[in-house]
Amino acid sequence: MATYDWFFNMLGLRDWCDAGTSKAPMSMADLLNKTGNAEAPPFYDVPFPSLDALNDACGQITQTRDVVKGLEEGFLAVRPALRTMLDPITQPLSWMLDGTLYVFTEAPWFLIMASILIVVWYATRSKSVVLFNLFCLSFFSLVDHFEPAMETLAVILVCTVISALFGVPIGIAMSKSNRLQKSIIPILDLLQTLPTFVYLIPLIFLFPIGESRLYGIAITLYAIVPIIRLTDLGIRLVDQDVVEAGNAFGMSPGQKLGKVEMPLALPNIMAGLNQTIMMSLAMVVIASMVTAPGLGVLVLRGIRNLELGVGLMAGICIVLLAVMLDRTSKAALSRIDRAKSKTS
Amino acid sequence: MSDKTPKVNLRGLYKIFGARDKEVLKHVKEDGMGKEELLEKHGHVLGLQAINVEMQAGEITVVMGLSGSGKSTLIRHLNRLIDPTDGEILVDGEDVMKLSKIELRQMRQEKMSMVFQKFALLPHRTVKQNAAMSLNVRGMDKATQNTEALKWLERVGLGGYENHYPSQLSGGMQQRVGIARALAANTDIMLMDEAFSALDPLIRTDMQNLLLELQVELHKTIIFITHDLDEALKLADHLVILKDGAVIQQGEPQEILLNPADPYIEDFVSDINRARVLRVRSVMKHLESTEFSGDVEADDNLESLIALSEGDTSLVYRVISEGEPIGELNMRDLVKALVPRISSTQAA
Repeated sequence: MATYDWFFNMLGLRDWCDAGTSKAPMSMADLLNKTGNAEAPPFYDVPFPSLDALNDACGQITQTRDVVKGLEEGFLAVRPALRTMLDPITQPLSWMLDGTLYVFTEAPWFLIMASILIVVWYATRSKSVVLFNLFCLSFFSLVDHFEPAMETLAVILVCTVISALFGVPIGIAMSKSNRLQKSIIPILDLLQTLPTFVYLIPLIFLFPIGESRLYGIAITLYAIVPIIRLTDLGIRLVDQDVVEAGNAFGMSPGQKLGKVEMPLALPNIMAGLNQTIMMSLAMVVIASMVTAPGLGVLVLRGIRNLELGVGLMAGICIVLLAVMLDRTSKAALSRIDRAKSKTS
Repeated sequence: MSDKTPKVNLRGLYKIFGARDKEVLKHVKEDGMGKEELLEKHGHVLGLQAINVEMQAGEITVVMGLSGSGKSTLIRHLNRLIDPTDGEILVDGEDVMKLSKIELRQMRQEKMSMVFQKFALLPHRTVKQNAAMSLNVRGMDKATQNTEALKWLERVGLGGYENHYPSQLSGGMQQRVGIARALAANTDIMLMDEAFSALDPLIRTDMQNLLLELQVELHKTIIFITHDLDEALKLADHLVILKDGAVIQQGEPQEILLNPADPYIEDFVSDINRARVLRVRSVMKHLESTEFSGDVEADDNLESLIALSEGDTSLVYRVISEGEPIGELNMRDLVKALVPRISSTQAA
């Protein structure tokens, strides 16, 4: 006797339930029920009518493990189709990541350092930020963490570029259409709230482990959110009087975007870019679980093998890298702000 | 009013704000529902109703009304920044409502330019680039953009500021850039939406004089929105007074001042300095006398005449226009004209 027998009896489904199921006891619990006295359990032991509990009463109801299996099989069934579709689209990501990693790890250290410092100078025009960058890079080299740090930086660079490349147009489209905004915001919320491990799972099955796009996609999905949000917000916040002036002088939608909206939204978009960079860094550490190279691998080793020193040193380097990226992008942002307002 | 075809002609223009504007239009049009009733019963806001205005080429048409009277809504209909619920907007005899998107853009580029209350300059562009904005939109070459922008900046008194950014300039100077931008577009029609309202009184007077000065030279068709009656009377060739989205009186400003059609307008005009606004032409009579104390110009204002007569009300002056005597002015009539006609009891 199972708890919910009465339910199916009441509905007159007993025959349907028993049809096609053998009377033989199937599980240990069933066996125990057979042997034990058949008195009803006390009311506080009554189980929730879950799939398993209902299955006890009626063999036609599926068990939870079958549903789980179904999910897995369903996913595996669509996997080949998804793969044929996603493979060619995402292949360039692998190439970009591999290429950038190759450059950052194979080029002589002084060339990399010099080019980073030059780029930082052009982006920020700030001596102190360049000096801080120099200090960080020298520290990485001093403690022999230069190569993993550069691997991390390379991955961040590629993922940030990809995020900007897709995020800015999506943000623009969102700012133009309220309906699109309403439908995309839940997806962005989902991407931001999902624990990052959760979306590593389907990705592992979709892309062969060892291919760099696996972690590239994971990082990009996580990091693209702020730049989309802030592009959308930035364009919506553009002074409507100026937009109206653009309209009144007969600007086409493209001219309005290029001559009015994007320039005025630029500070917000740059703030989004800063967030995107920082989130890439956070994710590239976690993605070391799915073969992302760099400092994250050392942290992971520290955790796995309880090598406290290794983990701590990698941690210090990550913090320094984070501060370096944040300072640099913020300095670039404030330079744009200054250029925009140009107050004497 | 002249008999030539008007440059801009608004015919039976209605604007109702709300989702079902076309449906509730009939309540306004046929049942004569007012603004409050429409809002209460249907939740729609009546922006404009039954607007019929003709704006002549080469004239300054001033649309005056208090805030909420629909004057900014009205001016935005001319270049269709706002689409009307019903009615026709004819520019050079062509119905603007029938234009395609591209034709509409072309009209905005080539026929109408606009000056805004809050300037609406591009903050990331220099003064010169702002002035050249309309030419830039039309895709003209850099050299033309430069020379045109510099020419008009010079004309509005901003020579030497071309490489500054708008935020480096004062409000009055920013609006000069706004005017240079509109002039550089080289359009027949200029829309000015409370263009001087954000400026302080002295600068405002400067800008009004600048506008009148430019108008003598350029003969644009200017549609000027304001809530300031003094400004309206100073600039207007044709004055349109709006209240709750409806035109309550329009015509020659002197005419409105002397014969207000409505208590609302009487209240309005009771506060202004009539001696400064009224012209000799508006209060003169036909030539009858033969003895005159002197000659005055028809376009002189009464204030200057009072100064001339030193307050003596027994004098009679001969009125001259372009060298010809056209009438006479008795100082007693002048004093009478200075008393505002008040029929409403609540007026002070």
